[in-house]
Amino acid sequence: MAASSRAQVLDLYRAMLRESKRLSTYNYRTYAVRRIRDAFRENKNVKDPVEIQTQVNKAKRDLGIIRRQVHIGQLYSTDKLIIENQDMPRT
Amino acid sequence: MLLRAAWRRAAVAVTAATGPKAAAPTRGLRLRVRDCAPRSAVPADTAAAPEAGPVLRPLYMDVQATTPLDPRVLDAMLPYLVNYYGNPHSRTHAYGWESEAAMERARQQVASLIGADPREIIFTSGATESNNIAIKELEAAIQPDTSLVSIMTVNNEIGVKQPIAEIGQICSSRKVYFHTDAAQAVGKIPLDVNDMKIDLMSISGHKIYGPKGVGAVYIRRRPRVRVEALQSGGGQERGMRSGTVPTPLVVGLGAACEVAQQEMEYDHKRISKLAERLIQNIMKSLPDVVMNGDPKHHYPGCINLSFAYVEGESLLMALKDVALSSGSACTSASLEPSYVLRAIGTDEDLAHSSIRFGIGRFTTEEEVDYTVEKCIQHVKRLREMSPLWEMVQDGIDLKSIKWTQH
Repeated sequence: MAASSRAQVLDLYRAMLRESKRLSTYNYRTYAVRRIRDAFRENKNVKDPVEIQTQVNKAKRDLGIIRRQVHIGQLYSTDKLIIENQDMPRT
Repeated sequence: MLLRAAWRRAAVAVTAATGPKAAAPTRGLRLRVRDCAPRSAVPADTAAAPEAGPVLRPLYMDVQATTPLDPRVLDAMLPYLVNYYGNPHSRTHAYGWESEAAMERARQQVASLIGADPREIIFTSGATESNNIAIKELEAAIQPDTSLVSIMTVNNEIGVKQPIAEIGQICSSRKVYFHTDAAQAVGKIPLDVNDMKIDLMSISGHKIYGPKGVGAVYIRRRPRVRVEALQSGGGQERGMRSGTVPTPLVVGLGAACEVAQQEMEYDHKRISKLAERLIQNIMKSLPDVVMNGDPKHHYPGCINLSFAYVEGESLLMALKDVALSSGSACTSASLEPSYVLRAIGTDEDLAHSSIRFGIGRFTTEEEVDYTVEKCIQHVKRLREMSPLWEMVQDGIDLKSIKWTQH
């Protein structure tokens, strides 16, 4: 299988952020978005294709985790936190 | 205690007011009342109650008491709560084998975090049980003059870091066993049982974003440290802790340790920045605030501040939208000020004014800012009402007052 291209990595990044914004719990949602941004930024200069593929595989696994946890969060949802503002965008 | 009673009254008022839920079989969890199970999708036949409006949950700033499960940990545990339910000690079928494999994988994850060999990790029900096993070793000692030093790695009330490596060095040279309760430190600061010459270590799952009800005790093999089992039975865990190992829980502990190892540096950097922000913003807006504990040897995520002329409990009640604590959860039922603060020489009145702020992996900058804002607002308000504060503003030295008996 060909190594992951820049476009594929970006697609994965967008998919992960999109999915993370659907997490119901404020603290999990903010953590996921922040961590994904920081992790992709930190690894943006990795050149070794083996290393890139390892990171991409890990990211795909994490995307699976986020998807499942989004579902679970929706099933067991509760009230919002005092600082969650309904009108503001979900950060 | 007063705080909990008020909380329960509010909870009863709210649960009476919530109405029926929509179609899908979800479980909307509302405020929990004392004896009641969480509300189901079917509305109970309660009498019409006044509409309370949406209830908003407080921010969680009490990570030293317990931590939320990391979603990665829950994801690792769930298969073992659904389909992979075998007993890890069953030797004769695939259910047992897969459960055992998961248990051993978790053992390796815990060992890897602290630089130990997996054979040196015994799963327990938590750090308290681990502490008991380690201390009991004293009674099982072979030589009459063998003794044990037991130190907490990071204090849960004031966040102070003990000089573990130095203590380990001293104990090793004097042939004294060294145990450390690392519940608040594991996965947050780098620990290596060989570099620090630790013989026994207690680990708690729910302090590192893992599940409650599980922990581990590290027991050195070279040189051998002998411990006596607290719990006897089927001989599991090398005879040191009988009882079926709870696979879902230990998988959670293992996953939590693995995540902690990967995230330690990132978390530490972030938490340090947030802690700095919290302390600076409070101290620049409020006079007479003291941080308890040595600032140089300090874990940033545990901040204990004393606000002079303000009673700690009343500040906690005022900060009702933030979940905080004044001192350790294990002694929160009593009205005694913290023994830790007393031990470091804090004045009696300052000890009663202390609040512990916990910053963890999932704490956000917004939460810190909100907490700071509310804290400043309420400390100012409570001080306005305090006659002691008024006297201090008038320049009276409180220590010079002779309080009369009535």
